[in-house]
Amino acid sequence: MKPLQIKGGRVIDPANEIDEARDVFVCDGKIAAAPSASDDEVEVIDARGKIVVPGLIDMHAHLREPGRSDQETIETGARCAARGGLTSVVCMPNTSPTADNTSTIAFIKQRAAAVGCVNVFPTGAITKGLKGEELAPIGSLKRAGVVAITDDGSCIQNNDLMRHAVEYAKMFELPVLDHCQDYNLTANGVAHEGYWSAALGLRGWPAVGENVIIARNILLAELTDWCIHCQHVSSARSVELIREAKQRGVRISAEAAPHHFTLTDEYLKNYDSNFKMNPPLLTAHDRDALLAGLADGTIDCIAGDHAPHCTHEKEVEFDMAPFGIIGLETELSLAMELARKKVLTLPQLVEKFTVNPARLLQLDKGTLSPGADADITIIDPEQQWTYDVGQSASKSRNSPFHGWELRGKAVMTIVDGKIVWRDE
Amino acid sequence: MTATTWTRKDLLGIQDLTAEEITFVLDTAAAFKQVGKRTIKKVPSLRGKTLVNLFIEPSTRTRTSFELAAKRLSADVINIAASASSITKGETLKDTALNLEALHADIIVIRHSAAGAPHFLAKHLKASVINAGDGAHEHPTQALLDAFTIREKKGHIAGLNVTILGDILYSRVARSNIWLLTKLGARVTLAGPSTLVPRVFEQFGCRVTYDIEEAIRDADVINLLRIQHERQCKTMFPSIGEYAAMFGLNKERFARTKPDALIMHPGPINRGVEIDSEVADCSRSVILEQVTNGLAVRMAVLFLCARGL
Repeated sequence: MKPLQIKGGRVIDPANEIDEARDVFVCDGKIAAAPSASDDEVEVIDARGKIVVPGLIDMHAHLREPGRSDQETIETGARCAARGGLTSVVCMPNTSPTADNTSTIAFIKQRAAAVGCVNVFPTGAITKGLKGEELAPIGSLKRAGVVAITDDGSCIQNNDLMRHAVEYAKMFELPVLDHCQDYNLTANGVAHEGYWSAALGLRGWPAVGENVIIARNILLAELTDWCIHCQHVSSARSVELIREAKQRGVRISAEAAPHHFTLTDEYLKNYDSNFKMNPPLLTAHDRDALLAGLADGTIDCIAGDHAPHCTHEKEVEFDMAPFGIIGLETELSLAMELARKKVLTLPQLVEKFTVNPARLLQLDKGTLSPGADADITIIDPEQQWTYDVGQSASKSRNSPFHGWELRGKAVMTIVDGKIVWRDE
Repeated sequence: MTATTWTRKDLLGIQDLTAEEITFVLDTAAAFKQVGKRTIKKVPSLRGKTLVNLFIEPSTRTRTSFELAAKRLSADVINIAASASSITKGETLKDTALNLEALHADIIVIRHSAAGAPHFLAKHLKASVINAGDGAHEHPTQALLDAFTIREKKGHIAGLNVTILGDILYSRVARSNIWLLTKLGARVTLAGPSTLVPRVFEQFGCRVTYDIEEAIRDADVINLLRIQHERQCKTMFPSIGEYAAMFGLNKERFARTKPDALIMHPGPINRGVEIDSEVADCSRSVILEQVTNGLAVRMAVLFLCARGL
């Protein structure tokens, strides 16, 4: 592996409060403070006009392996991530078998190592089979290498069980990630309950179905004095609840997905199941609240909730289609839009993809400090491109952003000093 | 508007129609109604065309009406019910429809429990797709036949007070009626239990009230909807008995309606629940005329949508 010199780019490293034109050096898979000794061996990467940032982290993806390798594999998911400028992906435990046991975690880690593309960090289930009934072996999962526990895709309805899960996870310093959904309130819902669900005759999913669980999590985080991270926060009221709790010092955190801060439920009007996701798309008011929450730090991270589904599964009646869309290849570009619209500064944006998720999950990532793993993303902030889902590295094609004209794109993704994606 | 300026091959909902198109369907239906009064009730308009009634959700009234309408237009008709189709063997709706098209079906009339199912088919098929009711979304031919009946009885629709009473939230009939009546200038009032008549419907240009007395007092037309047990969760209202007591159109309430108010119901009616027998069978009830008019309206819709094929 040749040493690298990334030359002339605008380096944004929020962990070190750096935002300036400078060179970045890589030697032996690590960030180096100075150029390596013998100049002729160095691969020089021209980064003029580009932004050089710590490798981006997506703390919420479904890679589907083991169990549904027809939808995605760790390999195809990792390649998607690399193309999207992500160097680390945190994968959710709703595989088959469920990642509620150490063998499944070992398998995921093994596959990821064999693929050798981007870093894949597994999460473990909170409860056995994600059923919300009995705790999974959380301590053993931690030993096997999970970075957090979550029942993502499911939400523990039993508040007593959730309380004990958080208390127990605290002993191992494992953050708890929660998919916030009250099942009674959202029963059979497929679209945000409001104007469009009423007009389209789709079963409503009220925002309060998310809000009550966020409120529950705030109270439990307070009670246990431990970290609960609310996944794919979608509604205005949820943002307010989290903001207020953070002001009181509660250990609550949140992520938002690009589809939620980009789209609204009006997109459902053609019954295109590629706009069906969980939680559903909400109103412009909610979208604006997410933007405000991102801007003021209420929402810590941007995470794509990459959820591949086969075309034949999605190409059915809206009610019958599974929830979820793929997102790894488009999330950075959609987020770049926020910088262009001055919702976020570039350093703020980079923070939500790097140091913030790294801190939440205690990953030794997300910075360009000398000695750190050389995970680097180079972004061309002005490149205009059209997303063609037919060309996706994913095994699935369920993106609502097919044909979208986007601006800003990862042009190089470097993991441990190795170039894993280069935009030609 | 003339038959040549009608360009739609599909009828997916009322919401996308203009007032002019709606009026044109009603005018065309008036001509077809005359056909039903002849000794020979058949015209050759759709001779050689094949119509498939694809009823993924059970229905007798609407399916029979479409079947008869198609037969009177001389089309060949095939009826497919979900229970007897390959859908029970795991075939997707798309594949079922593509197979029907491979058999050269010209018109597919679809009834489905999922909102948007007709739109999904229309996207994948060259055949004409007619929505015969999709979930809680739309039931366009029902709204057209309701409007036809109102126009026939009242002479016009603009300016009338129309009250729709009952389960609005889960009702495709309510939605199609709301779009149609507001487009044609009627004032629409929605009434029923607050859990089934959410305020969001005000955004469609209707008035929402939970006071039944007030809702029926000034109504020129009262359209009663069935409480749809099959679509509701148990938490929506206490009981059928309480519904009847609070919102049923009984003799006492009926006595307080305008003397010329029409009583309508898309059927099937639940006597003693949303409507008392005396009211359902009274001279101002046009429930059976709605059924008769449904035939003419569906002939008009099939004729217009299939003529370009």
